[in-house]
This record gives sequence, C-alpha cells and structure tokens, in this order.
Amino acid sequence: MEEREDCIALQCRQYSASCREFSVRCQPVQLRSLSAATCSVWLAAYWLFVLTQNSMVLSAAIFITLIGLIVYLHFVKIDQESLLVIASLGIQMTSSYASGKENTTFIEMSRVKDVVINEAIYMQKVIYYLCILLRDPLDPQSVSEVVPLFQQRPRTMESELPFPKGGCFRARVQAHCWVSVMKTAVL
Amino acid sequence: MKGTEWELPRQDVCGKEWKLLALYSSQALHAVEVESSSSIPMVVLKVFFPSCCSSAESGLLVGHWIPEQNSAVILAVVHFPFIPVQVKQYLSEVRQVTQVNVSVLGTWSNCKKKEESLSEFLEDLGTIFSHEPWIQLCKETDSKFWSCSIIQKHPSTPKEDEIILVYYDQRKVMLSHLHPPGNLTNSTDHKAEDASKLAILFDTVAKSKVLFMKDRYDDGPIKLTHWQSEGVEASIIVELMKQASIPVCMLLTFLLSFVSSVCKSRVLKFWPLCFIWSKLSTCEQLGHRLEHLQVISSNRKAQNQPQLMRKANIFVSLLADVALGILLMSWLYRKNRIGHLADTLIPVADHVAKELQDLLQWLMGVPAGLKMNRALDQVLGRFFLYHIHLWISYIHLMSPFIEMILWYVGLSACLGLTVALSILSDIIALLTFHIYCFYVYGARLYCLKIYGLSSLWRLFRGKKWNVLRQRVDSCSYDLDQLFIGTLLFTILLFLLPTTALYYLVFTLLRLLVVVVQGLIHLLVDLIDSLPLYSILLRLCRSYRLAAGVKFRVLEQKTGKPLRLLMQINPLSYGSVVQTYRLPTYSCYPKDSWGSLCKKLFLGELIYPWKHKGEKQD
Repeated sequence: MEEREDCIALQCRQYSASCREFSVRCQPVQLRSLSAATCSVWLAAYWLFVLTQNSMVLSAAIFITLIGLIVYLHFVKIDQESLLVIASLGIQMTSSYASGKENTTFIEMSRVKDVVINEAIYMQKVIYYLCILLRDPLDPQSVSEVVPLFQQRPRTMESELPFPKGGCFRARVQAHCWVSVMKTAVL
Repeated sequence: MKGTEWELPRQDVCGKEWKLLALYSSQALHAVEVESSSSIPMVVLKVFFPSCCSSAESGLLVGHWIPEQNSAVILAVVHFPFIPVQVKQYLSEVRQVTQVNVSVLGTWSNCKKKEESLSEFLEDLGTIFSHEPWIQLCKETDSKFWSCSIIQKHPSTPKEDEIILVYYDQRKVMLSHLHPPGNLTNSTDHKAEDASKLAILFDTVAKSKVLFMKDRYDDGPIKLTHWQSEGVEASIIVELMKQASIPVCMLLTFLLSFVSSVCKSRVLKFWPLCFIWSKLSTCEQLGHRLEHLQVISSNRKAQNQPQLMRKANIFVSLLADVALGILLMSWLYRKNRIGHLADTLIPVADHVAKELQDLLQWLMGVPAGLKMNRALDQVLGRFFLYHIHLWISYIHLMSPFIEMILWYVGLSACLGLTVALSILSDIIALLTFHIYCFYVYGARLYCLKIYGLSSLWRLFRGKKWNVLRQRVDSCSYDLDQLFIGTLLFTILLFLLPTTALYYLVFTLLRLLVVVVQGLIHLLVDLIDSLPLYSILLRLCRSYRLAAGVKFRVLEQKTGKPLRLLMQINPLSYGSVVQTYRLPTYSCYPKDSWGSLCKKLFLGELIYPWKHKGEKQD
C-alpha cells in the first residue's frame, strides 16, 4: 500500500444501533520536515554567530527550536479528529493533537437543528464541508450557529475502508456522502 | 461492532445530484424528529448510574425519572433488609426537602451467579414500589458487562427500548457548576422548556445533598450507598474559619462604616479639596478597594454561584494585592532604598527642568532650520522659561521635606500593590505638572489662533457663521470691516508656524507622559479585574467549572446495553477570565483614532481617560 502525501484515513465504527463513531486520521509528523526545519534554524544561528561572535545567539536558537517544537505539537498539529454520534444524547467532536492533548466539544441533540453540507470559496476553488446547524433557543425556527466539522484540509480525501472480508481499497469519498451516513446514524 | 457499507458515488457526480441528495437527507431528518415522542421508531432509554455504586450490594435503585427525556438518574442504592413503608416515608421526606422527585426506580443485583429466586424476589418488589418503567440492573461479580431490563406495564411503543448506561462521577457532578455556552445565561425566562438535559442532570444531583447525608454507619432503618456512604468528610480548618468569620466580618463592617463616614464628612467636601481628590488616582483606587471590602464583609450569604465566585475572587485578589504590596515595601525599605529614591528625586526634577530650558532655547533660536517670527518667539520663550524658573524654586523649597514625605507615603504600599502603583502615577503627574501647564497654554493659544483664522477666512470670502441656524451664511461687510479683517487674517496666518511649533512640541511631551501614566493604569486595572480564585480553581479543581461533558465509549459486548463514561469538560482559561472578570472603575477612551487626530489638529484639549461617574467635559 503506497502512502501518498496528503493521504487521510477515515474509519467508521458502530458500537450499537444508536451510537457511531467516525474518525479521520492525518499523517503523523515527518522526520524529514522536522530535521529540515531544525537544520535551517541552526544554520541561520551559526551564520549569525560567525557575524557577531556572540554565543547568546546559539543558546537563543536552541531555545527557539525547543519552544517552537512544543508549540507546534501542542497547538497546531492535529493527529486525529473523531465524531461520536449518540442518538438522543448528542454529537461529540474530539480533536487530538500530536502531543496527546484532546479538545472535546459536546453538542446536545436538542440544540442540533440539521446536518448540512456547506460550500465555501477557499483560495481559487470551491470546497464542501460538513457542518452542524444549531437551533436558537429563543426562536426555534432560526439558526443560531454553524459548527463546521473536521477542520483539517483537504476536504475531499482518499479513504481506506477496511471491509469485513479483509483487504482495503481506495476510493475517492466526496464529502456529501458523509451526510447520508451521519443522518442514518442519528435516526 | 458492525462495519459500515455504503454506496460510493461516481467520481464525476455533478452539482445537481449532490444537492438533491443533501436536500433529501435533510427532509428525511425533519420528517422523523428524534426528540418528539409521537413518532419515534426506536426509543432510547438512558440510565445515569453513579460509578461509586458499581460495587454496592444488591438493593433498590433510588433516583429521579425524567419522562420528557426518557432518562433515569440514579442517586443511591438502598440495601436489604428494609421495610418498604419506611423507605417510602423517607423518600417522601427527601422529596419535600429537596424539591426533587426522588423515587424508587428499580432494582440492583450484584451477585456471583444469576439466581432464580433472587430475580423472582426482585420482580415482586416491582409490585410494591410501582414505578413506570421498572429498571432491573444486574451485575455478575467477575464480569464487566451488565445486563439491564425494563419492565413496562403499558408500553407506549411496540418496539423494544434500547438502553444506554452512562456512568458518572457523583461527587464531581454535584460540586460542579455548568456554564451554558454562548448567551444562554441571559435568557432566564426560557428556563423551563429550553433547559438542556445536562443542566437538569447537574441540578438534580446538586439538589439531592440531603440524600447524601446518611452514610452506612448510621443506625437508621435505611442503609444507602452513594458517594459519601463511607462517612461525611469535612475539614476542621474550614469549619473553624467559618465560625471565626462571623465576628471578623462584624468588626470589619464596623471599621468600614467608620472610615466611610469620615470620608463622606463635610470637611473634605470643600471646593479645592474635592477637586484634588477627584483628580488623584490614588483616591479612586482606595475608594474602589473600600467598596470591595464592604462587599466581602457584608453579612448576607451569597445567593447563587456567580455571587459566591465574585466574593471569593475579590477576597483572593485583595490578599494577593496586599501580599505583593508588602513584598514591595520590604524591598523598598531594606538597605534604605527609599532614602536613595528620595535623594535622586530632586536631581531628576532638576534635570528635566534643565532639558526643558534647553529645548526652549532651541525653539527660540532656529529650530530644525525653520525661521520663526522673532518677537513672538521671544515672548513665548521667555514666558515659558520664567514658568520653569518658578517651578524649580518651588521644588527646591520642598526638598528638605521630600524624604520624610516619601518615607511615609511609601508605607501606604502595605495597602496593596495597586495603591503603590497609583501613588507612582500621581507622583509622575505632579512632577510633570509644568509640562501639562505648557501643553494647556500652547493648546489654548493654538486653538484661539485656529478659530480666529477660520472665522477671518470666512470673512475673506464674504461669509459668516450663523449661530442661530448653525450654518455658514453669506454676509455683506463694510469696507473698513473687510480691511481690518484682512489685516488680522494675514497677521494670524504668518504667526501660525511659530505657535504651531510650540504646540507640537508640548503636545508630544504631554503625550509621552500620558502614555507612561496609561501603562501604569493598565497594570492597575489588570490586577484589579483578574479573577485569581477562578483561575486557581480551574487549575486545581477543574471539575468545579464545567463547560460541558464528554463521553467515552467503554468496552462493548453484543446483547448488552451500550456503556458510556461521562466526564466533565472543564471551561477554558479564556472563558474563565471572561465570565468571572471583576468590574473596574475606569472606562477606556471612547475617542477613536480619527476623532483624536481631529482634536489634536484643532487644538482641543484631550483627556485620555475618564473615570465612570465623572461629568463629561
């Protein structure tokens, strides 16, 4: 199985008739890009050191690299995003970062008005993304908030679907088919 | 776990098709609403079970049944042996006290093997304590998976219910306070219908404190298991502090009433004094802290959670402020640093005055290559120089007393770091008072000149400002009026650069001082409004401030009900600070950058900050 650059894996598990989990896993941090970034920072630091002959530059470079790595792993790099749909309880979205931190949001079913696909213009193309429409408590007919799901890009993705008989195949899963899957999970 | 299969669409699906698909799906969702009880294809029954009761012995399940949400919140387990009449009596007492509809919801059996006689006995109990539906939870000692069955005498739907078991930590849910997302806190009139399920769950557990008072070592007829069944825990220090706080509060209230009556006395209300008090930021800060002390020492208990948090925040913030102030004071008074500070104050003031004199000499010469009007230049320059000379004389007159004054004023840092910072800001304002005076003189002159010029420019063009109609009208002037007006216009126009330069220089100096004072005020505001207690609570006991909940799916087995673990999702630090911020007394400048520039151009005086309650200029 070849790994491609922007490959994202989708997994769907059904725990019971009323509970389903969809998880999207991104590719992990590449050693190549990590070493490239570190080397460029340190080369710049060495060049500055040669210019200024001040050893503070080197310690500052080490400090910056460490802090930058920690910030990247803890706040920027998302490892896995999952959506847990429990009928009559609600929808829970979890993003787990590369450092292990998990960000969870739970939306109760009474607040969910609908699950729709929204289209947006992003740079030079139109992308489709899945989002949840929330009900306004004061006016049941209007929509108070739109919550986009699965904040990673790209929106259309390759997926690997394990089939019960074993083996995997690749298919291009467009975003719109997720809606039908989610709706059947919610019903 | 079942895998999912679905039809994968063609790769070249066109826009119309996916729109139709989305439309169909959304219509399908609207047609079958999950929450309405009229047309549900499958009913889901949720049982919230406290994780502390997982190892309890067999008995009866006691809790609250919420019919609208089809969920049962289990609060405790009553053990054998019991007398049904006594159980019913106890539960009705609890219902009266807590206003929560607590009743027997079912049976709980925790035994090694499934026994037929026990299960028959448990079914018979269903006839004694009639409750619709009757929940029977059964756990085998060495198995993780529980079985749950519902008995309904009059089933509303022909299909069998699906059961979801949700485990929750009773102690944490009881102590936690739920913060609804967004602006739901503002809608108090929609509490009943729109209250979220979670809020009802948290409410139920929190109100049932009376139920948790009985522990298993009590001699009563009822033996309960809940989170406190090992014995009620309390801390001696907390109890002692609660007892001690009442006389302390009374003493504090008495002292504060005395202090506030002194402050409000007529002696301090005479005109020069009250003007000075209003201008000094130290007095504002002291008044603010006095208000805080009054809030803390009041005898009324906090009615609800926000008030309690506010009191706690004010208390901790005051403590931290005083601690930092005492730290600063000990640093200042060690090695007589305050003496050194006083010694350097006069030379610094002298230095500033000398720099100003040099600046004025430069302005009186040829500043930046510009040629000034010599006569006006000399007049203005000499006037300002004389002013500086007066200022220096006054400072030198005060110099023997400076050290003593500063020593006593430094003692007031024990009232808090914010007070010390306000005093610093006031000292800066007093030391740079001459810069403020120069700015006012320069601005007034410039302002007069600009107004004169604009009015004479209108005369030049044959127009006049109509005060009644607030607009520009044409006007026919006499010849001598025109002649004098034109003369004055030219004089003012050619004197403009000189005045403008003086105005520019002094405005820049004044803005510099304003920026420094503004930074100090910002720091004081930050210390005043930061909710330290809430932040510490979020750090150490994060379950007390809940933004919501999160669910985790536990191991499943087909045939057994779905098991979920409910944990509390704590509030983020940003929302903690935003929700529990303490209000401060200063309001930030309402002028936008545009209006500020306009005021500067026209020469109007700018007041960078206004305190709440001050009259607008």
